[in-house]
Formats: sequence, C-alpha cells, structure tokens
Amino acid sequence: MSNHHIHVTINGKLHHADVESRLLLVHFLRENLNMTGTHIGCDTTSCGACTVQLNGKPVKSCTVLAVQADGMEVKTVEGLATNGKLHAIQEGFHEKHGLQCGFCTPGMMMTSSALLEENPHPTEDEIRHAISGNLCRCTGYMNIVKAIQYAAEKMAAAEKVAAD
Amino acid sequence: MIPPTFDYVAPKTLSEAVAALGGHENAKVLAGGQSLIPLMRFRLASPAMLVDLNRVESLSYIEEKGGWLKIGSMTRESALEHSSLVSQKYPLLSDAAHVISDPVVRNMGTVGGNLANGDPGNDQPATMLAYGAEVVAVGPNGERVIPITSFFVGLFESALAKNEILTEVRIPASKPRSGGAYLKLERKVGDFATAAVAAQVELDKKDKFVSVGIGLTNVGVTAIKATAAEDFLKGKAASDDNIRQAAALAAEAAQPIADFRGSEDYKRSLVKTYTVRALRLAVQRAKGG
Repeated sequence: MSNHHIHVTINGKLHHADVESRLLLVHFLRENLNMTGTHIGCDTTSCGACTVQLNGKPVKSCTVLAVQADGMEVKTVEGLATNGKLHAIQEGFHEKHGLQCGFCTPGMMMTSSALLEENPHPTEDEIRHAISGNLCRCTGYMNIVKAIQYAAEKMAAAEKVAAD
Repeated sequence: MIPPTFDYVAPKTLSEAVAALGGHENAKVLAGGQSLIPLMRFRLASPAMLVDLNRVESLSYIEEKGGWLKIGSMTRESALEHSSLVSQKYPLLSDAAHVISDPVVRNMGTVGGNLANGDPGNDQPATMLAYGAEVVAVGPNGERVIPITSFFVGLFESALAKNEILTEVRIPASKPRSGGAYLKLERKVGDFATAAVAAQVELDKKDKFVSVGIGLTNVGVTAIKATAAEDFLKGKAASDDNIRQAAALAAEAAQPIADFRGSEDYKRSLVKTYTVRALRLAVQRAKGG
C-alpha cells in the first residue's frame, strides 16, 4: 500500500491525515499542515535545519517518512511557547542574540531544548557536542552556546522557585 | 527532493517482517533510514516496497549473555553512545558510537543498518572486524550466523540474502586485560571518515599480545581487516617498536583512492599514524589506564 491513514500528535494536538508513503515528515508539516516553522536546509541529512522532536528525541525530519510518525508525538518550534509565553530556549536566543539570519534557529532550538530535558546542566563541551549536527551558516555558534546556557540557568532557577 | 513511489509496511514482529520481505520482488528493509531515505530521495535507490523495522521492538537491546555482548539490529547508535555497559567495558564500540555521523542522526541510525548498508565509509564495519563479531540473519528458512569476516562482500553489498533480515550483531564478551579504541579523521562532524582505524587487543600478564584485531574504515571498497598487522603482533610484546611495524603493515593493507578527502598517499599515511595511536590507546586501556 502506498497510501496510509496516520494519526500524529503535533505540539499536543492530534492530526489525522491520508498520506503517501513517500511523503517526508518535513513536507507533511510544512505543506500539508502549513507549519512552516520547521525549515528545509540542505535536503541531505547534514544541516539539521529541519530538526523536530519525535517522541522527545531530536531527529532530522527530512529523513523520516511521515508514515513513520504514525501514533507518535512530534514537537516543532511552534510548540515551544505556551500561552504566548516564550520557552526559556527562545528567550535565550532572543537575549543572547543567538541568531543572525535565523534559518538554523528552529532546528537549533529543538535540538538544544531536548538536550536540556535530558541534561539540565550541560557543560559548554556537552552543548557543543549536542548541536554538532546542526549547522549555522552565519557561524554564530558563540552566541548560540550562550543562548543555551542562558536557558539552562533560567530553567534551573524556575525549577528552584517551584521547589521552594 | 521526493522519493519515487513505493509500498510500505511496518510489521510489529520479526516473523511478519520476514514474510513481508520475502513476499515482494523488490522489497528493502528500512532500519534507521539515515542512508536509505537520502538514497531514495536522490533516486539512487528505488525499492518497490519498504519493510519498516522500527516497530519491531524485539530487535532493540544491548545485553551480555553466554559469552557475548549481544546488540539487537534496531538498537540506535545513540543508545550505544549512552550505554554505561558499553562505555565501561567496550571502549572501541563506545568510541565508534560517539563519532558516527552526528548526534541527531544517531537518534535514528541503527547498528544493523550501519552494517547491512555495506558502505565502506560507515564506522561499525571496521569496529566489528576488529572485535571479531558475528552477525545473525533470519530468513524464511530460519536463522544463520555469519562471521563478520565474510559479511562485507563488496561496495554496498553484504552476505545477506534478499529475503534475510539482520537481527543481531554479537561481540565476544569483554575479557580482563583487553581494550580497544576507534580513531577517525573527519573533515567535519557528520562527514564520512577520511580514514579511521579500529583496534582491539588482549594482553597476557607479561604484556604480550594474546589477540589483536585491526579494522580500517573508508580505505577500500569494503571495510578492511588488517590481517598481516594482526598476525605480526600476536605473541609479541606490546612495545612501541612492534606497534610501529604493525602500523606499516596496516597501511599496506589499505587500498585508498584519491578523492576530495585526500590523496592516496595521504590516506595511507593517515592509516599508519592512526593505527599507531589506536593500538597505543588500546594497550593503555587493556592495562587499565
């Protein structure tokens, strides 16, 4: 069968769709659902601009079939903010000027927010390792690392307040 | 770019997957898809049907059992990278898992796919050659075990029959006074190796080599087992002089071609240098350092 009925939870909302097996997840998001926050960069699994979280893990959505996401949870950059309030990682990129042209930013944020879920206090080395599959053509890595560090501190502070 | 049209099934069990693969003329297994999907998008591969193994949960495990470290073929490279068992007892495997493509790709990429793809630029083939691993394949007629030395047949070609699925790779369980290392030169994260060397050694109480495995990445049409270098070291002292002589033999075993990553001479020289360094590190780790 080359046509499939899939149901995918994207940013908390369940979507049903009929898709061809050859439809890539990134095209499903951008073209079928008009969610253009996820970018297409290199088209060759190299640059990471299309990174989304699939069941919590960052993956390159240009190299996953939409049908493979059937029954799974996808999180995209559109799902980072809650009720109009920016996610700490978005705030970090804003505060620390973590973007120049902005093309790699959605992928960078999906990879780094997944890192902070797994490792809330990463060292600079761990941050650089985690984002090594996401390329910034502006070479703005210094500020991207600072943005992620900002988010880590912000999230730790919020956690502390919640614990107190 | 969009792949040509194809049929797709995602079975939940291995037996369903074997039946699906055997039931179609031009079917192919989809593991992590990090090589196959790009190939299909560039229309370099156009299988009529994909049998997706991502929902076969029984193929994902890392466990020590019966004298082996057994790894299910659908185990993600990131699972190896983050396994404490692997990092504590299998340093060669751990080294390799940390440098396969990039961290995001490793969340999808699988051990089985890395081997079955038959790409000499992949990192698991040389690793498994150095370990002296075995591969388990299941087809309509049941299971067979393939020694890794006869698994890589040619460029993008393995010993798997069209209707067989790679289900497991097993490495001899870690022994005392053994150690290994994987050293890879890549132009940037995510690139294939310019060249890489896998080394696995076991030492006796007098620091002589009991066994040596050396695998070379991306310097031939398949990963290469540097047997002359291995044989040279067996029974000899783990001295720097012996390691250097073995590295020269490993460099002779390499069959690199010139490309945008470097000239033939450069790659051969790289194999020599990295064999020295990988063996030194393997010996140091075998001694507990």
